[in-house]
Amino acid sequence: MSNRLENTFKEKQNILNVYITAGFPCLNDTVDIVKELVSSGVDMVEIGMPFSDPLADGPTIQYSSEIAIENGITLELIFKQVEEIRRSVQIPIILMGYYNQMLQYGVEQFVKKATQVGVDGLIIPDMPLNIYQQEYKKLFEKYDIKMSFLITPQTADERIIEIAKESSAFLYVVSSYAITGGKSEIQNYQTEYFKKIAALNITTPKLIGFGISNAETFEQACTYADGAIIGSAFIKALTDSENIKETIKQFITSIK
Amino acid sequence: MNYSVDKDGFYGDFGGAFIPEMLYLNVKKLKDCYLDIIESKEFKDEYKSLLKDYVGRPTPLYYAKRLSEKYNSNIYLKREDLNHTGAHKVNNTVGQILLAKKMGKTRIIAETGAGQHGVATATVCALMDMPCIVYMGEIDIKRQAPNVARMKMLGAEVRAAKSGSKTLKDATNEAIRDWIANPKDTYYLIGSVVGPHPYPDMVARFQSIISEEMQFQLKEKTGRNYPDKVIACVGGGSNAAGAFYHFLDNEKVELIAVEADGLGVLTGETAATTQIGTEGIIHGSKTLLMQNSEGQITEPYSISAGLDYPGVGPLHAHLFKSGRGTFLGATDKEALEAAFELTKLEGIIPALESSHALAVLNKLDLKPNENVVINLSGRGDKDMETYMKIMDNE
Repeated sequence: MSNRLENTFKEKQNILNVYITAGFPCLNDTVDIVKELVSSGVDMVEIGMPFSDPLADGPTIQYSSEIAIENGITLELIFKQVEEIRRSVQIPIILMGYYNQMLQYGVEQFVKKATQVGVDGLIIPDMPLNIYQQEYKKLFEKYDIKMSFLITPQTADERIIEIAKESSAFLYVVSSYAITGGKSEIQNYQTEYFKKIAALNITTPKLIGFGISNAETFEQACTYADGAIIGSAFIKALTDSENIKETIKQFITSIK
Repeated sequence: MNYSVDKDGFYGDFGGAFIPEMLYLNVKKLKDCYLDIIESKEFKDEYKSLLKDYVGRPTPLYYAKRLSEKYNSNIYLKREDLNHTGAHKVNNTVGQILLAKKMGKTRIIAETGAGQHGVATATVCALMDMPCIVYMGEIDIKRQAPNVARMKMLGAEVRAAKSGSKTLKDATNEAIRDWIANPKDTYYLIGSVVGPHPYPDMVARFQSIISEEMQFQLKEKTGRNYPDKVIACVGGGSNAAGAFYHFLDNEKVELIAVEADGLGVLTGETAATTQIGTEGIIHGSKTLLMQNSEGQITEPYSISAGLDYPGVGPLHAHLFKSGRGTFLGATDKEALEAAFELTKLEGIIPALESSHALAVLNKLDLKPNENVVINLSGRGDKDMETYMKIMDNE
């Protein structure tokens, strides 16, 4: 099987990756939300595995995670939901979560299960690069699970290059000094930072995330990268929604 | 067995720096410079001078005569409650604020549970004329009103953490996020031996003044520079780390850590991490923590806000796993009884946290010729409301 991620980055431009929290707003909404996202034209989905103490996330995503945990979401259920999504969905699916969740599940068991149900890649923001290199890289390669690591405006050039090399799915370019759901305008220092990354001639595909919330910020992100990730803005739309299907359609159409 | 931290920040299996990239540079900069700075003569001189003249050190090692009679042993109290601001916390905040200044930082953030660390941070920020933001759980803000008032009077902004259990763990999450959003000018002043490396090691070093003083004070009082037992309460574990520090490699000294059993270890309303916790990652550190099978961190409970934390520092996880430390627990009820007992016998009102350490005296097989030091980490002024409720009910 050729890799869905590789194909997507080869075939598409201005990639829109939308983050959702598994088990939110209701426990079993995940499958329908992803299907609706796909039919609205999203290129990739990132499914968040809700965690009680998500250090890298802002209040919107933390709130959705709290609700999802209250709803009874578990890793087993998430795997089942992905399995069901895979019956009809071809776009890449990324799981995003925290290292402690994988540790408790058993890292090898987790990666194996993820492959079985059709997950393409992982984002584990608190897994240190050196721990990945020393302990898990071979394991992830064995099960063909791709990794995405984050870089920020603070990451040094040399480290950006190393992180890009280890990011087998795409390089996750955190747009600003912020947690998710921050400012909704792209400022000058960010443009400088995007230009700097572009000048490093990295071959790994790049998606910009954090603070991407509307057509304008999405378009700006696409000028400097292969696409962008929208998380908090979409979760906020879902939180306020009375008709989820309609909300998704409208939200995605307003972006792309 | 080695009980010091290795170059990657591990104590045996525990420690490290499990942090998102957004914190990488902040933590790396700190890690790269903290030892050079705090071991420099200039820093040491300034630190020691502030500890002496501002904090009021050395704190007495008090032979508790009536307590000793009752438990038929030689019981000494290390009087950290006599420090400026009323607890051991200030030893660490004085150290870290000097470090922050030397690193060129201009804004201080902190998290606090009982408010003692918040007060200690607000105090040193006032002293150094630096803006201070303290994150505190919404529930803790309510139950520690006097400390909240003190922080505000000292010029700090107290921000309520409203997520999760609305206690220390959530205040810590908020503080970490603030640091992510303000990487350049902000110094995160952590109050316990928790968090990513180098914090556990750095805070332990600043608190090690406690056991350093115990050595010469014991020598003077007992003729030997170490005790048979040291007892300290453990939430995150900073006062215990400080009280144990210089005795870690002296196997003749029994290190007794006391956790908050809350309503009882088996009730689910507890903060006894080593008893019901398992290995995992919390706030950037691999350690023992309370969690469910999914890796979700569970909410701790203790009558004492300072012990209400679902993890312990990695040093303590290592002491527990290696067997070097003896880990005991005290329930809310036992801690309250111990608080009233100390007040009655010695005229000292202890903090609820310290009362947990006192509460294990009757669980130990103490001998008449033994020297036992209890680290009295703080004073009970902030807990008067809780104590008053007990008296009203009696």
